[in-house]
Amino acid sequence: MSFRTYHEVAGPDGSGIAEQVGAQRARVQSRLRSVRRIVAVMSGKGGVGKSFVTAHLAAALARSGRAVGVLDADFNGPTAAGLLGAAGPLRIGDEAVEPRSGVNGVRCVSMAHLLEEGRPLAFRGPQAESFIWRGALEAAALREFLGDVAWGELDYLLVDLPPGLQRLNELCDLLPSPPDVLTVTIPTAESRDAVRRALRAAVERDALALGLVENMVGPQFPGDAGRVLSEEFGIPVLARIPWHPTPDTWHRLAERM
Amino acid sequence: MKFLCLDCDEQMQFAERQVPGDGTFAAAFRCPRCGRSVALLANPMETQLVGSLGVKIGGRTLDAPPLEMVRSAIQGRDDAFVEDDRARRSVWSGAAEERLSRVPTFVRGMVKRIYADYAAQHGIAEITPEVMDRARGDLGLEGM
Repeated sequence: MSFRTYHEVAGPDGSGIAEQVGAQRARVQSRLRSVRRIVAVMSGKGGVGKSFVTAHLAAALARSGRAVGVLDADFNGPTAAGLLGAAGPLRIGDEAVEPRSGVNGVRCVSMAHLLEEGRPLAFRGPQAESFIWRGALEAAALREFLGDVAWGELDYLLVDLPPGLQRLNELCDLLPSPPDVLTVTIPTAESRDAVRRALRAAVERDALALGLVENMVGPQFPGDAGRVLSEEFGIPVLARIPWHPTPDTWHRLAERM
Repeated sequence: MKFLCLDCDEQMQFAERQVPGDGTFAAAFRCPRCGRSVALLANPMETQLVGSLGVKIGGRTLDAPPLEMVRSAIQGRDDAFVEDDRARRSVWSGAAEERLSRVPTFVRGMVKRIYADYAAQHGIAEITPEVMDRARGDLGLEGM
């Protein structure tokens, strides 16, 4: 049997899937037009303090007069709303969701706003073969957090990424242009190796690497990951955060941004 | 996705969508030349996958409400959202209110808004269970 293929059938598909996806992208683009700079806070390594750095940097930037939003893209371990004092219900209107205001007026949206206390992110419907669709649902959630939240005029939208590279790739796919990335590491060799991969991935996606934040600096975690990665990638170490940082620590990081 | 009537070598056109409420969806396509119809029957996993893309088979007739996928798909807390009262101005029959009360609180505000928009768009004065059924099919509101 011989018959025409998809591309040989000239008419559009009846569902307009490409147009629907295009409309989704346009919505994200339109929403983020009022955001001057999108910075993904990433690591590639878990437990290095990305969310801690994100929240304190956001608060410091806001304290120095910048309009700042934080999108907590760690859907399975959301902490930004709590760190920023931005817990509570989200106001939802016809066109968009209002972010919650937290410390120093930082606007925040997090999966923590939507989930029951202590409950994991879980999806309705059949759980069979969930590995197939779960990633797609999380990517769609990221798209909606970008495109359906009334972020307003922002100098910075900090996107707190989970460990690993998947969310960074989704972010690069969804945004009109790749975000800038701020990379968090701790001094150890293990962190250095994991962060190296993440930085490499970010650079290969044409993201601008702003610099490194070396967190948890002190005798507990010996190493020189910050220096090594800085030399390797030709990017500055923007801050070396001790175990007990002061407000001044974050202020200096904010100024270097 | 396109459907081709092999007998006529003609692209079939989307005809209607059904959501039986068991986690699956069905979409019918008809050949404009010979009138032959076929139905696409998606299993729950396929339905979930399509839903995760945020697209509607057969196309959209209403703009997606904010956080449509998130609110439809995740098991969220009841008090996650504070809604505006636009949807509350529509008229709901008692039976429709009762059916709406069975929708999880997390997603109820969005569902109510979607039905209200559908009723307004179609000049429907009162939302009844029959209107809800029709809207579900027309809009592809799986599980709503």
